[in-house]
Amino acid sequence: MTPHMLTRSLDRGAAIFLAVVAACGILIPLSNLLLPAGSFLQVPTYLVALWGKYVCYAILALAIDLIWGYCGILSLGHGAFFALGGYAMGMYLMRQIGARGVYGNPILPDFMVFLNWQKLPWYWYGFDMFWFAALMVLFVPGLLAFCFGWLAFRSRVTGVYLSIITQAMTYALLLAFFRNDFGFGGNNGLTDFKDILGFNVQAEGTRAALFALSCLALIVGFLICRFIVSSKLGKVLIAVRDAESRTRFLGYRVESYKLFVFTVSACMAGVAGALYVPQVGIINPSEFAPGNSIEAVIWVAVGGRGTLVGAALGAVVVNYAKTFFTSGVLAPYWLFMLGALFILVTLLLPKGIVGTFIAWWESSNEKRTAAAIASAAVEDGVAEPKMVE
Amino acid sequence: MNVMDTRATSAMLYLDGVHVSFDGFHAINNLSLTLAPGEMRAIIGPNGAGKTTMMDIITGKTKPDEGTVLFDGVTDLARLDETRIAELGIGRKFQKPTVFESQTVQDNLLLALNVDHSVRGTLFWRGSKAESERIDKVLETIRLTEARNRLAGSLSHGQKQWLEIGMLLAQDPKLLLVDEPVAGMTDVETHLTAELLKEINKTHTVMVVEHDMTFVRELGVKVTCLHEGTVLAEGTIDQVSSNERVIEVYLGR
Repeated sequence: MTPHMLTRSLDRGAAIFLAVVAACGILIPLSNLLLPAGSFLQVPTYLVALWGKYVCYAILALAIDLIWGYCGILSLGHGAFFALGGYAMGMYLMRQIGARGVYGNPILPDFMVFLNWQKLPWYWYGFDMFWFAALMVLFVPGLLAFCFGWLAFRSRVTGVYLSIITQAMTYALLLAFFRNDFGFGGNNGLTDFKDILGFNVQAEGTRAALFALSCLALIVGFLICRFIVSSKLGKVLIAVRDAESRTRFLGYRVESYKLFVFTVSACMAGVAGALYVPQVGIINPSEFAPGNSIEAVIWVAVGGRGTLVGAALGAVVVNYAKTFFTSGVLAPYWLFMLGALFILVTLLLPKGIVGTFIAWWESSNEKRTAAAIASAAVEDGVAEPKMVE
Repeated sequence: MNVMDTRATSAMLYLDGVHVSFDGFHAINNLSLTLAPGEMRAIIGPNGAGKTTMMDIITGKTKPDEGTVLFDGVTDLARLDETRIAELGIGRKFQKPTVFESQTVQDNLLLALNVDHSVRGTLFWRGSKAESERIDKVLETIRLTEARNRLAGSLSHGQKQWLEIGMLLAQDPKLLLVDEPVAGMTDVETHLTAELLKEINKTHTVMVVEHDMTFVRELGVKVTCLHEGTVLAEGTIDQVSSNERVIEVYLGR
């Protein structure tokens, strides 16, 4: 396998991936809005919302693949960044409800009125403005990742220890957000959203637009990841993944690289969460559950670590399977199936779906090239066919 | 900064009274050693003599408990970390060849080049003609031009050793620490490696740790024999190998 073939097939894969996502982002909303309901080609609104969810998961998977697949940082707490982005968006959506809430308070969200709070906590200020909320979607997960990474990477916490403390981080946030006095709606979270930028969140047009935006975010996220991993910085990341201390002895400040890529990844996860919340209509502390973060890592492993396309594909495939199986009689067994899937993929397809496909494609390509050389050689009478491997 | 105004010594590398112990085991014991600029020094000694630990100290992987480690007469290495020391111009080849196996030979050298190693610098890196010429030159020196696009992991053991030496060349440090460069090499490869190191020594200060006495003899440089973390003997290969104590603890009768 020559690396040139690898990059070439990755480039082709990337082009196909971008074309498919763009086509979905345009055609699905159009079919939903323009074709008559019930017609064969019309995508029903519930499916648009469901697929929108998958696309958000795909962005989260990309974020995980960037750090795990390329830099070897196995974060088992990336759901936390996703949820924080989601909460930032949820806070904006709550403020948009205004006086239309059950208690009719123009400033305070319902749960605060219920808790007898007299005024808005300071950390809710500014969330009535979309631009501010959008900034926080990036800033809050980014800041947490930066502080967390600064402490962890400088102290050279790596491998399983890092994974464990990322789990602890998301679990700590889960407990904090469950508390009513924390000011984020306790275990009910934030819900009952009315509109976003003046558009009704329940309306078909809004849902279709959110779906298209999610696809756009997936494309932008993918391009950012591609830019990073195909730059020289990407080579340094792989070097860190494969031989961290060697990279240090070459004069690279490994912790800065990890911090950079970890922060970028957290911001991406935040964007995924922010797009997810208006489409599912709720954000609550269960999004911080450690299991969610582990599930997201499984998507990446199934799709193919270190391939980007594979991560996104894995997220969609596993979640489609989840929707399929959890809506039937097999529902109680879903977690067992997910666990079995992870074990099977680890044992049988360690490179994941896309990684295995690339390996197969390359080896068949090589055989074809070798065969072509062999037959050419035979025709020229230069060499016996058995001489050529 | 820990850079003094005047040079404390003219030596490229100056170790004085260095001690290191791990859980009561004295790995390095009152070790003193100087390397002149442009010198090549061979370090020999039995297993556990502290050869690799000494390299760990010089490159910042291990901090000395006591003693002075000065680089280029002005910099106290004991207070710096690996990255900073590498930036100052100390390169290291490990005992076990450590190359980036999933990347190409060419990319391994590219990563080693002593250019901007900042996050921003690498993110927006654009290759230059000067850089690719340097890589071509190194590839030629280490005889891996044909293999430039192969994955480093697919190289033979000897080629990996050379690639790692090539990475040192690309890094272009003032001081090269080379740990067992000919371990696992054939006689021909060993000979070629000696030639390569002599060539490198024309422009760099080199410290080589090696067990292969034929190789050390071929280098024809001053030899230091370490034992139990301290210098046992120092001199030409003939002087050192005829030293009674060296014969007793290392060479055998």
